[in-house]
Amino acid sequence: MKILVCITHVPDTTSKIQFTADNTKFDTTGVQFIIGPYDDYALARAVELRDQTGGKLTVLNVGEAETEPTLRKALAIGADEAIRVNTAPKDSFYVAKQIAHYAADGNYDLILMGRESIDFNGGMVHGMVGELLGMPSFSPVMKLDLNGNLVTMAREIEGGKETLEASLPLIAGCQEPIAEWKIPNMRGIMSARTKPLNVVDTVEVATQAEATTYELPPAKGAVKLIDKDHVGELVKLLKNEAKVL
Amino acid sequence: MSILVYIEQAEGKVKKTSLEAVSFAEALAAKTGEGDVVAIALGTISADELAGIGTAGASKVLHASDSKLDSGVIQAHASAIAQAFTSVGAKTLVLAKSSLGDAVAARLAIKLDAGLVSNVVSLPSTDQGYVVKRSIFTGKAFAETELKTENKILAIKKNSVDLKTNGAQAAVVPFEVSLSDSDFASKITSTERATGEVLLPEADIVVSGGRGMKGPENWGMLEDLAKTLGAATGCSKPVSDIGWRPHHEHVGQTGVKVAPSLYIAIGISGAIQHLAGVNSSKCIVVINKDPEAPFFKAADYGIVGDAFEVVPKLTEALKAEL
Ligand SMILES: Cc1cc2nc3c(=O)[nH]c(=O)nc-3n(C[C@H](O)[C@H](O)[C@H](O)COP(=O)(O)OP(=O)(O)OC[C@H]3O[C@@H](n4cnc5c(N)ncnc54)[C@H](O)[C@@H]3O)c2cc1C
Ligand SMILES: Nc1ncnc2c1ncn2[C@@H]1O[C@H](COP(=O)(O)O)[C@@H](O)[C@H]1O
Repeated sequence: MKILVCITHVPDTTSKIQFTADNTKFDTTGVQFIIGPYDDYALARAVELRDQTGGKLTVLNVGEAETEPTLRKALAIGADEAIRVNTAPKDSFYVAKQIAHYAADGNYDLILMGRESIDFNGGMVHGMVGELLGMPSFSPVMKLDLNGNLVTMAREIEGGKETLEASLPLIAGCQEPIAEWKIPNMRGIMSARTKPLNVVDTVEVATQAEATTYELPPAKGAVKLIDKDHVGELVKLLKNEAKVL
Repeated sequence: MSILVYIEQAEGKVKKTSLEAVSFAEALAAKTGEGDVVAIALGTISADELAGIGTAGASKVLHASDSKLDSGVIQAHASAIAQAFTSVGAKTLVLAKSSLGDAVAARLAIKLDAGLVSNVVSLPSTDQGYVVKRSIFTGKAFAETELKTENKILAIKKNSVDLKTNGAQAAVVPFEVSLSDSDFASKITSTERATGEVLLPEADIVVSGGRGMKGPENWGMLEDLAKTLGAATGCSKPVSDIGWRPHHEHVGQTGVKVAPSLYIAIGISGAIQHLAGVNSSKCIVVINKDPEAPFFKAADYGIVGDAFEVVPKLTEALKAEL
């Protein structure tokens, strides 16, 4: 069984989002980077499946050298080897092409990703890779069990979920509660240092939808407090001032 | 030439977000001169429901009625829409951003060799290149994005378009699609859907509860309030983690992103990960007993007080007023 997990290297969810260079670059000052939360779910499930079936778990990121600590963390959580496709991710299409190029000859049985990255929130790299490799893709997947070649999944639909069956190989964009996030233990952290982290070359791809400039939403005005003994006031404000009732 | 719009349906009913996509496409066509708006609808939907898509701005609805397309079979939907795209000679596909929409649009981007922009919040500007504004960092910022391809796919963030309601009924035309076995790589064995209630992702008003509600037995109070307002109920992540509420009600960075007119947060502290799911709301009301709760900073209106006291009073006041 060969499993590939694709992870993003993204600002911690509590980061203050700011831009520099005339609003053309994300400001990384003081920002902590983490494995994307959805990718972390994918990785956690992949570790469990690898332990269940045996085989090899590869983790991959398309990014420049600064993403290596994030890949090391994935190794500490339980991946067997890490791949860094050495280029800055420019847009989803560009990233999907890099991943598909790397995975094309890999004979992966299962490719797990996050449902979406928390920086650009595209939710599309898995579908693009699926189409590029001619593999079925499913997202957002909240449960994934293997029984030989048979894959049973639960996929979230608006206001509920559907249960479905498919067979390997396939690609899934994952979200909770597919598995519990795993925190690396000491042994994991030690062994991660010696696990292979290979840097691979990129394919040339023209970008299609690259971000050019950024902006922040307008600042929010101060809250209007209403006395708890006069809730009728609130109803009036919602009706006449905010006009939302 | 036409702009094609992918219509999503649930149990035969066209989704409101898809109608928003139709209205967006109509405004876009007016701007770029790309002709009229043609919608493509898949699966079992009544003729009346389909003709109604016209009110939002479509002149024609292609209908592939094969019931195998009723549920979200991603590959099959992507194939069907690609065929419609070619058949109407479209250059632009518009759809609503959703979990199914994303999955289908991504495959279509490759099939159609089209640049895809998701979370689009306004009409493109076409003065200098084709530039689209989209929401990024889970609503914490926007990016101007240049689309360089001839074929284009735009996935529209919900509640970013004024829904048109005065269009004429659309002409409904049967559409033959040819689908192969590989389009049906999966078999859906069961579907669970909350029925009868207002669906959270599409709700215009949301009443949401956090750990401050103390236990699932106290949700009756929130449900009364929600019912009075015709609202959907949501919750914070710990609440669904502990199992007080179902997972699909969890709002935030790792849950549902809502964009209602009114979001009422009760006993929720306002952690940044929760705010990420609600920051597109038009108006936010916070009820919390702690005046220092961070949620007040993101709120338009607030009441400092015990939810168990305030919420029943609020429901009464609303009943008297509405
Ligand atoms: C990577 C990551 C992703 C996350 N994603 C999400 C997400 O998507 N959504 C999400 O919600 N969280 C998410 N979280 C968790 C988030 O950080 C917070 O822990 C969570 O939102 C807190 O939930 P809460 O406000 O219900 O509970 P608490 O923080 O415990 O707050 C309870 C609040 O209730 C108030 N209260 C108590 N009693 C009463 C009363 N009687 N009347 C009125 N008020 C009362 C308290 O003053 C307090 O403000 C995420 C965390 C991480 C690390
Ligand atoms: N630069 C990247 N390197 C590796 N995987 C990525 C990268 N960008 C996105 N992905 C994967 O694709 C998923 C969806 O990303 P997106 O389409 O950007 O929302 C993420 O959750 C990751 O699993």
